[in-house]
Amino acid sequence: MAPQQQDTGSTGAYLIRGAAILGGPAEDLLIRDGVIAARGTDLGNAGDATVIDAAGLVALPGMVDIHTHLREPGREDAETVETGTRAAALGGYTAVHAMANSNPVADTAGVVEQVLTLGRTAGWVDVRPVGAVTVGLAGEQLAELGAMADSRARVRVFSDDGICVSDPVLMRRALEYVKAFDGVVAQHAQEPRLTAGAQMNEGAVSAVLGLTGWPAVAEESIIARDVLLAQHVGSRLHVCHVSTAGSVEIVRWAKSRGINVTAEVTPHHLWLTDELVRSYDPVYKVNPPLRTDEDVQALRAALADGTIDVVGTDHAPHPSEHKECEWAQAAMGMTGLETALSVVQHTMIETGLMDWAGFARVTSTTPAAIGRLADQGRPLEPGEPANVTLVDPAARWTVDPSKMATMGRNSPFAGRELPGKVVATFFKGHPTVLDGELNTPYRWLPDAPGSAGAPAAGRA
Amino acid sequence: MKHLLSTEDLSYADAIRILDTAEEMSAVGEREVKKLPALRGRTVVNLFFEDSTRTRISFEAAAKRLSADVINFAAKGSSVSKGESLKDTAQTLAAMGADAVVIRHWASGAPHRLAATDWIDAAVINAGDGTHEHPTQALLDAFTMRRHWSRLAGTPSAGADLAGMRVAIAGDVLHSRVARSNVWLLRTLGADVTLVAPPTLLPIGVEHWPCSVSYDLDETLAGGVDAMMMLRVQGERMNASFFPTTREYSRRWGFDDNRLRALDSLGLKDTIIMHPGPMNRGLEISSAAADSPRSTVLAQVRNGVSVRMAALYLLLSGDTRGPATPTAAYSKESH
Repeated sequence: MAPQQQDTGSTGAYLIRGAAILGGPAEDLLIRDGVIAARGTDLGNAGDATVIDAAGLVALPGMVDIHTHLREPGREDAETVETGTRAAALGGYTAVHAMANSNPVADTAGVVEQVLTLGRTAGWVDVRPVGAVTVGLAGEQLAELGAMADSRARVRVFSDDGICVSDPVLMRRALEYVKAFDGVVAQHAQEPRLTAGAQMNEGAVSAVLGLTGWPAVAEESIIARDVLLAQHVGSRLHVCHVSTAGSVEIVRWAKSRGINVTAEVTPHHLWLTDELVRSYDPVYKVNPPLRTDEDVQALRAALADGTIDVVGTDHAPHPSEHKECEWAQAAMGMTGLETALSVVQHTMIETGLMDWAGFARVTSTTPAAIGRLADQGRPLEPGEPANVTLVDPAARWTVDPSKMATMGRNSPFAGRELPGKVVATFFKGHPTVLDGELNTPYRWLPDAPGSAGAPAAGRA
Repeated sequence: MKHLLSTEDLSYADAIRILDTAEEMSAVGEREVKKLPALRGRTVVNLFFEDSTRTRISFEAAAKRLSADVINFAAKGSSVSKGESLKDTAQTLAAMGADAVVIRHWASGAPHRLAATDWIDAAVINAGDGTHEHPTQALLDAFTMRRHWSRLAGTPSAGADLAGMRVAIAGDVLHSRVARSNVWLLRTLGADVTLVAPPTLLPIGVEHWPCSVSYDLDETLAGGVDAMMMLRVQGERMNASFFPTTREYSRRWGFDDNRLRALDSLGLKDTIIMHPGPMNRGLEISSAAADSPRSTVLAQVRNGVSVRMAALYLLLSGDTRGPATPTAAYSKESH
């Protein structure tokens, strides 16, 4: 059901008529000057506002991705901040956390500010740079975490994602140090010695295919160590892309002990299994690897019951030459920004495990809280920032990677029919997506000196 | 059958067909003129990303005996070593009109990629991929076993399978494409397979395979074995702690002189000893065992040419019905 946009002039006011807010009864939302001005069952005359007929649509808080690879600076052949954030907006996101494994690595105030600026220039979503934990992701020496925290980028999430902070002393120090500025260490849990040369999940399928195994224990042993470290030093730990049933049990145990840990699952780990690797098609090569159906079911249950807190895409675009090759030669990673909503709807909502309020919790409210984003993941209430996603849950579409906004063509969902389509995305009250198509970016006002992280309201 | 990629997905009928065709090919090898015109004008490329002189010359001999034109493409020292991708190599071969690609690759699944993509439209034969499969090796092993098994039964090989034959495969199963291909094919042909290895050299998940697993070679031999296949073990594995020393490996899992004598004392007078080569004499097999009358090592090499002729013939002749009769095709063609 497409919304009807009545062009009444570019005033920056939008009246969303009859949307099911978090899947509840139909209500109207009036967006004006970057905030939600009113919410009610009949907000009456639109006045100067552009009316969007949202009958049959679900209104959600703009989605926040805790785990995105935008590749810029360094690998602009794979993705740029511009293309990656276009993909994010189309996928229903209003904020993404850009992982630090760029080139140069985002391990200094200079690089994280560069990424912040690229994000603001693009204007499609909030780009929140993640800072590296160690210099060059080398796992030897702490990066200047404080400088990144104090920079214009206001970094709160630190991660060597792609590589595990495997040294227990270094991990302990990082966890302790980020307490000084309310940071969190997001760990890529992968014991390096147990996964040397690893190509896929170690189990029945790897035994047949003759591909070097990535055992579940390599993830679980690091998570077990890290939750104990987080408890010992009283710090905040986030576990990236949890992929095994055993990891779920460890996180559940840690939470029951009151340890301050949050956990993330990717859309692909909620659905796909290592059986797909039998094709040797590297589009299914990802790190951590696709696991078994038993793991998939445990991850879904954990996301539903809150053991796993958030969905993070681990959006990882690669140029086609890195996938059009032998499995062992291929890069690890899958795109995810433009399919995440649909995959979570398919795996969690249409299975009855979760409702749209739960969806908002795991894709917006909690990831914003982990990243300490004050104006994201907020309730859809008057006075709140107007970061809003409108979804048509009845829509069905077939994934065609060549039509995506991301430069990456490595979607494991290619050819699958998925439910749910993003109809509109409002970022700071401005529609970045309308009628399911990219509209225009939000335009940031030039930064006033000293106004770090608190930009002026934009204009439509 | 468009490609020969693995024995896991090889049907019983196709397996028997290849073995029966190989019997006919073997007869060609005993003639004065060891050549058939069956693949005249067809081009077979041996695409080797990994050194393997034995396998390459076996395929080369097979293709030449069928009158195919053979191109050998060794990745070392070629454009491939300068960074050319598998895709570009495949498309280059396609542009040159290759009818069949015999590919040996260090990466598991590389032949599947060639077969599954539109890079090249030739028949693909897997000549060993990483630690995945080596189907023609398993077929030549099965061919060798079938001749032995049929001779004991006093029946002809053609049409027969390996029902009831007890086969033990000992060695580095984890890293062995030969072991994998043999497990699937021997199961299809009705043999009972036991894998014997240190637990470190068995893959996680081996319990799902259609075979038994043992850590004790002597116990396996005592239980009765009709064919004992030893796998090559790389001595360097001890550096990654797969076993403590080569001597300990040899004592526990090698086919040494004591075990050779044990075959006699156990009354296993017809048990054959197999090895895919190249052998590490003194590590997984002793010289006395390798050179004993029980050894089929050289017969395996000989049979390899017949089996590869059969595979090339069946994939390239377009004859997909019934038992293949290359000599009949020859006589038809000569009219």
